[in-house]
This record gives sequence, C-alpha cells and structure tokens, in this order.
Amino acid sequence: MPAILLDTIFNPWDELQRYQSKHLQAGHFGATATFVGSMRDFNINESVSHMTLEHYPAMTQHYLDKLCESSAQIFELDDCLIIHRFGDIRPGEPIVLTAAWSPHRAQAFDACRHLMDELKSNAPFWKKEVTDDGERWVHNDQDS
Amino acid sequence: MSITVQFFASLREEIGQQQISLPYEHDADVMSIWQQATEGKNMPANTLCAINMEYVKPDSPVNDDDEVAFFPPVTGG
Repeated sequence: MPAILLDTIFNPWDELQRYQSKHLQAGHFGATATFVGSMRDFNINESVSHMTLEHYPAMTQHYLDKLCESSAQIFELDDCLIIHRFGDIRPGEPIVLTAAWSPHRAQAFDACRHLMDELKSNAPFWKKEVTDDGERWVHNDQDS
Repeated sequence: MSITVQFFASLREEIGQQQISLPYEHDADVMSIWQQATEGKNMPANTLCAINMEYVKPDSPVNDDDEVAFFPPVTGG
C-alpha cells in the first residue's frame, strides 16, 4: 500500500492497472474505488496558465505512508494506493490518484473518500498558481 | 547541539529563509524556536507546526537534533 510522489506527468489509469495486476490477486477483492484529481485552467474566476506544487518531501512521504496504513486498517482494505504530483503542473494534468481495494463496495468508497479528505487536510503540499496577473498562493478555503 | 528550522510556501517567502540552524537550548518549545528563527516576528494565526514530520502545537517541547517546520494551511490534492 504505497504512497508515491512524482515530479513528472503520469497516466493514472495505466498506473492503476499496473499496480492492480502486480499487487492484487484477481478474485480476492470485489470492489475498487478510485479518485483522480486534475488541474483546472481556472480558479476564483480567473484563468490559470500553470501552477507549482511545493511540498515538504520527508513529511509528505511520512504522512501519506501512515495514511495508507491507517486507512487499510480502518476500512479493512485489501490494498490502497496514493500517487501525488509535485513541481510544475499544467491544466489537464493529473495531480492525484487515490485507489482502494476491498471485498465490498462500501469500504472501498468510504476509504477512497477518506484518503482524499485526509490528504487535502493534512498532507504538506502548497499550490502556487500563475494567472495573467502574476503568481498567487492558493488558500485552503479556495481549494475544493 | 542544534535545531534545524524549516519554512515552507508563503511563510518561506515572508521570512526570507528556507532552512536555518539554531543552537539547542534547554526548555525550548516550538514558539520559542519561531521567535529565535524569525527575530521576534508574530506567528500568523493559521501557522502549522511540525517536529520531526509530526504535527505539534506551539507549546510542544523541542529536543536537541529536532527538525522544526513552520508552514501555512495545506492545499494539496
């Protein structure tokens, strides 16, 4: 149940398929829930050309590893996966993938939402957007 | 006998430093480290604090060799 930090663009569906075929036993799980978050080209009624996602590398890895482990226990998952970008990101590019595998759908849905909610509340990442008016840090009440 | 202090995102820009080292002093806590590192600046109300990658409160004690970090509310995902 890894948390992976990437500074390059990734295809979430390829990563999901690759991880599932390598680490999960077909027939053992009954539900897979996934979430993919991508960069918008607008925010707060302005166009955004690109952004930089800063992070606190050691703490981010530590926090996301713990989140995967605790979520697997809480929701009795077969497995879960988080992939998160950092660095320069363009509109349309995936920022984050969360996935949860479980015997039944309720745990998978709940775990996938829990992974995202906890990540957005606590993982030390910060978005800095570039608009026609220059750069700006995104505040957490502007980032849903 | 030292403490590593790190600032991130908008706080890094406001403070003008990403990482500094301070001598360890007995009875130090997170707020006293902030005061030393910023030369007495007020800590913004929404500042988050961490010691050795774990969230802590400003009155948490700091030990020798600790890494103390200060940053604004997070916006990942």
